[in-house]
Amino acid sequence: MTALSHSSEAPPEDEIPQASDSHLDEQAGSPTRQGVALIARFVRMHPSSFFMSLLGGVSWALLVVGATYILGRITDEVIEPAFDGGVSASTVWLAVAAMFVVALLRGLSVGIRRWFGSLTETRSQATLRTEVTDRLLVMPMSSYRRHPTGELLANADVDITTGTQLLMPLPFSVGVIALAAVSLVSLFTADPSFALVALVLFPALAFLSRYYTNKVNGPAAQVQARLGQVSSIAHESFDGALVVKTLGREGDEDLRFQAASNQLRTERLVVANMTSVFQPLIDLLPNLGIIALLLVGSWQVDHGEATVGQLVQAVALFGWLAFPMRIVGFMFESMPRSVVSVKRVDALLAEPIDPAAQTPALSNEDSVGADQTAEPVAELLPKGPLAVEVNGVSFEYGGTAVLSGLTFTAAAGETVALVGSTGSGRSTLTNLMMRLDEPSAGQILLGGVPITQLNPDELRSAVSVAFQESFLFASTIASNVSMGRDLTQEQLDDALDRSRAKKFVAKLPMAQDTVLGERGVTLSGGQRQRVALARALAREPRVLLLDDATSAVDPVIEAEILGGLRTSDTTMLIVAHRLSTILLADKIVHLEDGRIRSEGTHEELLADPEYAALVRAYESEETREHDQHFAEDPDAGLAK
Amino acid sequence: MNVVSNPPGDELNPADVKALEVLKAGIAATPELKVGLGVSIAMALVMAVGRMIIPIAIQQILDKGIDNGDPNWGFVLTTCAIAAVAMVAFSVLNRFTYMRLMVTAENVIFGLRTRAFSHVHKLSVANHNESRRGVMVARVTSDIETLAQFASWGAVSWIVNLTIIVVAVGVIALYSWQLAILTVLVLIPIIPILKTVQRRQLQSYDALRSRVSDTLSEISETVMGIRVIRAYADAPAARGRLHAAIDRQYRAQLKARFFFAIMFPISDVFSGLTLAAIVGVGVWWGPGWGLQAGTLIAVVFLANMVVQPVAEIGEVLDQTQTALAGWRKVLNLLDEPIDVVEPVPGLELPSGALSVSAVGVKFEYEPGHPVLHGIDLQLAAGVNAAIVGETGSGKTSFAKLLARLADPTEGHIFFDGMDLRDVSHDSRARSVRLVAQDGFLFETTILENVRFGRPEASDEDVRNAFASLDLDWWVESLPEGLATEVGERGDALSVGERQLVALARAQLADPGLLILDEATSAVDPETERALSHALAKLSEGRTTVSIAHRLSTAEAADLVIVVDDGRIVQIGTHQELVALGGVYGRLYESWIGNTRAA
Repeated sequence: MTALSHSSEAPPEDEIPQASDSHLDEQAGSPTRQGVALIARFVRMHPSSFFMSLLGGVSWALLVVGATYILGRITDEVIEPAFDGGVSASTVWLAVAAMFVVALLRGLSVGIRRWFGSLTETRSQATLRTEVTDRLLVMPMSSYRRHPTGELLANADVDITTGTQLLMPLPFSVGVIALAAVSLVSLFTADPSFALVALVLFPALAFLSRYYTNKVNGPAAQVQARLGQVSSIAHESFDGALVVKTLGREGDEDLRFQAASNQLRTERLVVANMTSVFQPLIDLLPNLGIIALLLVGSWQVDHGEATVGQLVQAVALFGWLAFPMRIVGFMFESMPRSVVSVKRVDALLAEPIDPAAQTPALSNEDSVGADQTAEPVAELLPKGPLAVEVNGVSFEYGGTAVLSGLTFTAAAGETVALVGSTGSGRSTLTNLMMRLDEPSAGQILLGGVPITQLNPDELRSAVSVAFQESFLFASTIASNVSMGRDLTQEQLDDALDRSRAKKFVAKLPMAQDTVLGERGVTLSGGQRQRVALARALAREPRVLLLDDATSAVDPVIEAEILGGLRTSDTTMLIVAHRLSTILLADKIVHLEDGRIRSEGTHEELLADPEYAALVRAYESEETREHDQHFAEDPDAGLAK
Repeated sequence: MNVVSNPPGDELNPADVKALEVLKAGIAATPELKVGLGVSIAMALVMAVGRMIIPIAIQQILDKGIDNGDPNWGFVLTTCAIAAVAMVAFSVLNRFTYMRLMVTAENVIFGLRTRAFSHVHKLSVANHNESRRGVMVARVTSDIETLAQFASWGAVSWIVNLTIIVVAVGVIALYSWQLAILTVLVLIPIIPILKTVQRRQLQSYDALRSRVSDTLSEISETVMGIRVIRAYADAPAARGRLHAAIDRQYRAQLKARFFFAIMFPISDVFSGLTLAAIVGVGVWWGPGWGLQAGTLIAVVFLANMVVQPVAEIGEVLDQTQTALAGWRKVLNLLDEPIDVVEPVPGLELPSGALSVSAVGVKFEYEPGHPVLHGIDLQLAAGVNAAIVGETGSGKTSFAKLLARLADPTEGHIFFDGMDLRDVSHDSRARSVRLVAQDGFLFETTILENVRFGRPEASDEDVRNAFASLDLDWWVESLPEGLATEVGERGDALSVGERQLVALARAQLADPGLLILDEATSAVDPETERALSHALAKLSEGRTTVSIAHRLSTAEAADLVIVVDDGRIVQIGTHQELVALGGVYGRLYESWIGNTRAA
C-alpha cells in the first residue's frame, strides 16, 4: 500500500487487516451496526484492557497536538528571541525538557494503545477459543456429522482470529478521529483561517481515500482469487507429479503455471498502478495545504493576526494528517469480515449439549447453560459379565430410518456377531450402546438397567469399544492404551499381548514409550487397529464392542486375537465382515435395512439364502483382503 | 495425526538468515532484478530530494519573506508557486518511480516462481512423500509471497527511507554541519536497540507460530478422536489439554505483542530526544554559528524527516527478515541438483512391445541404505510379469526405476537393448506407461484426463480407448459421460473408477511397456471385475509389469517375480513356484490356510 512516501506512523502489519477474499454478508442489514454490536460484545468481555487501549489512542491524539503546540510556543518564545538578542539558559532547558517529555509521553501512549489493544484481542481470542473447544467436547455426535472437520477447525482458528482482528485498529481509529477533532480546535484557536484550510483539506483527503479504497477493492479481490488459483495449480501439479512425469507433461504444466503467474503479475500491477496514482495524490494534498498555510500564514503574521510560532505549529500539524485518516477506512473495511467470522463461531456455540457427553467431571465446572434433562440417577451395575438387551431400538439420521425397532439379547458372557451388508445399520448400534447417539425410540439395557439411567462414566467403565477407524492420539503407545487410567506394567503388557500388538510395539524405537507421528513413526492400518484394541482390552470391560475393529488386521492374526478374546468371560458384540469371525459367535444377528432379518447360530441361518449369499460375499472379499499378506501397510504405494 | 505440524525440512529460522549472503546469492540467481534498477534507484533519489521542498520553503519564507517586519510579498508568492509546482512535478515522478519498482519486483517474483515450479518437476519424484510435496507447494506460493509482500511494502520502504535519511542529513549539513553531526550522533544508538528488540520479536513470533500449530493439532485431535474421547470418558483430560494449549498460545502471543508494542515508542523517544537536542543546541550556539530562526525551524522539520524513516525501517525489519528467509528457501530449492538428466537428443524406442532387461541394478534413496542389492532380470517382449513381495522388499522401487523416476545407483536397465538413460524424454513418455495405484486425476473432465495420454487424440479416439477395454458401459453410466468432471484430484470418482480412467489413458497412449501398481484399497466387486477385464485387454500385445497386491494377479501372470529384501529370490510361473515352496510357497500357504479355516 505504501507509495514512495513516508508518513507519520507507518501502518504496521498487525494493525492493518489483511485483505481477504471472504464475502460479506450483504443481506444482514447495516454491516456497521453489526460491527458496533460485535465491538460492544468484545468490550463487555474484557472492558478494562479495552478502555486502556482507547485511553492510549485518545492520549496519543492529544499529545500529538500538544507536541506541535509546544513547538509553536518554543518558536515564539525561545527560537525567535534567541536570534533577536538571546534567552536565558533556564528557558532553553525548559524548552528542551518540554519537547523531550511530550515526545516520551506520546511514545508511551502508542505503547499503551498497542499493548492493551493486543491484550484485548489476545484475551478475546482465548475466551472464544475456550468456549469453542468446550462446546466441541459436549456437543452431540449429530452436530459433528453436520460440520466437516475442516469447518470446525476453521471455527476454532481463523474465524476467531479474523473475528477479533478489528480490536487492534479500533483504538487507533478512535485516536485518529480524536486527532482530527483536536487538530481542528487547536488550529482554530491558533488562527481561524488555518482551520479553514484544514476544513477544505480534510474532506478532500477523506474523499480521495474513500475513492481509492473503493476503486482498488475489486482488483485487490481479483489478486486474492488469482493467488488461490496459482496455489491450487501448484498443489495439483505437485500432488500429481508422478502422473505428470509419466505422461511427460512437465512442459505443459510449466506453461499452465506460467499463464496463471503471469495473470497474477498483471493483476498485481493493475493494483500497483492505482496505488501509484492515488498514493502520491494523497501525499500531495497535505503538502499543498502547507503551501496554502504558508501563504495565508505569512499574511496573518504580517498583519499581527498570528505569530510565527502558530504558523509553525499549523505546518507541523498538517504533517501528521497525510496518513492516519486511512486507518479509519481500514477498520470499517475489516468490520464486515469480522462480523461474518464471529457469526460462524456463534453458530457453533449454539450447538446443543449432549447430556451423555456432559459427564459430571465436566459439568461441575462452568458448564455453559446446559440443557440437562433429568439428572441421571447413578445406579450400580450388577457384578460380573453383563447381559445386553436391545429393546425396540430405532434410530434416524437425516430423515431416513437407520435402525427400526431392533430387539435382541446378548446373555452375560455370550458372543454375538452382527452381520449385514454395508448400510444395514450395524455400526450405529455401537454408537447407541456407548450413548454417543440416543435412539429415537426404544432403549438399551445393560445388566437389566436402562443405560440412560446410568451415569455416563459408569457406563463407559463397564463397556469398551474399538472402532473400525482406529483413532490414535499423537502421544505414546502406553498413553494411547491407558487413556488416562493408572495401569500397571502387567496390565499394559497383557492388553498389548491379547491384541497381538506386543511384538511390533517392542520393535519401535522407544517401545511402548514411542510417540506416534514423531520422527516419522507411523503404524500401518492393521497395527493401529491392534493398538486401539489393546486400549479397549486394558479396561477389562464387562461388555466389549468390536465395530469392525480388526478389518485391516491380517486374517490369520485376527483369528488368533478373536479366539483369545472368546475364552474370557466378557459379553461381546462384534460387527463382523469375515466368516472366521462369524464362526466364533454363539449367536448371529443378521441385519438388513436396519431391521433384524434373522437370528440364530451360523448353521441355523445358512438355511436363509440371503444369509448364505452374504457369507459367500464375505468369503470372496476375504480372498481379496489377502493382500495384507503381501502388503500389510495399505499406505505403501508408488505415489507416497 | 499431527495435522498441522511444520513439514520436516521446512524449519528455517528467519533469525538465522544472513542478509548479505542471501542478497548476494539472490541477485546472482535473479537476472530480472538488474533490469533498469539503476534508473529506478536514481529516480528514487531525485524523489527524496522532492521531500525536502517543504522544509526549505519554510526556511526561505521565514528567513527572507516575512522576517524583519518588511514582508517581501513577491518573494513569498514566488517561493510558494515554485514549491507547489515542484511538488506536483515530484508527485508525477513519484508515480512513475513506484510503478518502475513494482514492475521490477513483479518480474522478479514471476521469474523466481516459475523457475522454482519448473525445477520441482525436474527433480526426481522417487522420494516424494506428502510432507515433501507440501514443502514444494510452499516454495512456489507462501515463500514467494513473503517476497511479494516485501516488494510492495518493505523493499520500497527501505529504498525510499534510506534515500530520505541520506538526503535530509545532507540538507541539514548544508544549513549547519554542526547540527547534522548532532542529528546523526543522537540517532546512532537507536540502531543497536531496534536490532535487539527486533531479534527478540522475531524469536517470540517463531515461538508463537509453534504454539498456534500445537493448539490446532490439539483441537484437530479432539475433533477427529471425539468418539474415542467420549467412549473412554476422556473428556475432562481432553479439556485440560485444550485449555493448557490455548493458554500457552495466549502467553506466547502476549510476549510477541509486547515487543511489537514497544518498538514504535522507542523510536518516538529518540525522535523527541533529537528534536529537543537540535532546538537546545541551535538556540544556544546557533546565533554564534550564523544561523537564523527560520533555518533552525527548517532543521527541526528536516530532523523529523530523518527520525521517522528510521522508525519505519524498524517496523519493516521483521518483514525483511521473513522475506529473506523465504528467498533463501526458494534459492535452496533451485540449488537442488537434478538427478535424472534427460539425454539430448536421445534415442527413440521402437513401437510395439518392448523387451526389458536389468543388469546388476542397485539402488539407494540415501547413501548407505540400499533398497535394491543387484537385480538381474530378462523379460521378453510381450510377457506379463507380476512382482510380489512384502512391504519394503524393494518391488516398488524397482518399478520406479523402470519408469525412470530415478536412475539406478549402479547397473543398467535396457529396453530393446537401449540403455534407459539414453532414451529421450518424449519417447519414454510415449512408450513406457506407469499406472499408479492412487489413480491421480487432474481437476477437469474424464475426456481431458484421458487425452493427456496422447494430446493430439480426438474425442473419438478417447471413446475408442474406453471401448477397446470394454469400458463403454461404464462411461455411459456416468451422469455426463466423458464430459463428467472428476473433481479435485479425481475425488468425485472412487479409487477403482480412477484406475479405470488411468487404464484408458494408458490404452490411448499405446505404450510398449506397461507398469502397473495395483491398488491395495478395496474396490467394489463390479468395478473390480471391470478393472481386471480391462487390464487383461490392455496388456495384450504389450510387456506388462504389475506390482501385484492380489494373488489372483500373480496367478494370471506369465511370470511371477518374488522380491525379498532387495533381491529377486524366485522366478517362475505361479504353478512352478507353488510346487517349489520357499518364500512364495509360504505366502500362498498362509492364504490358502486362512480361507480353509473360514
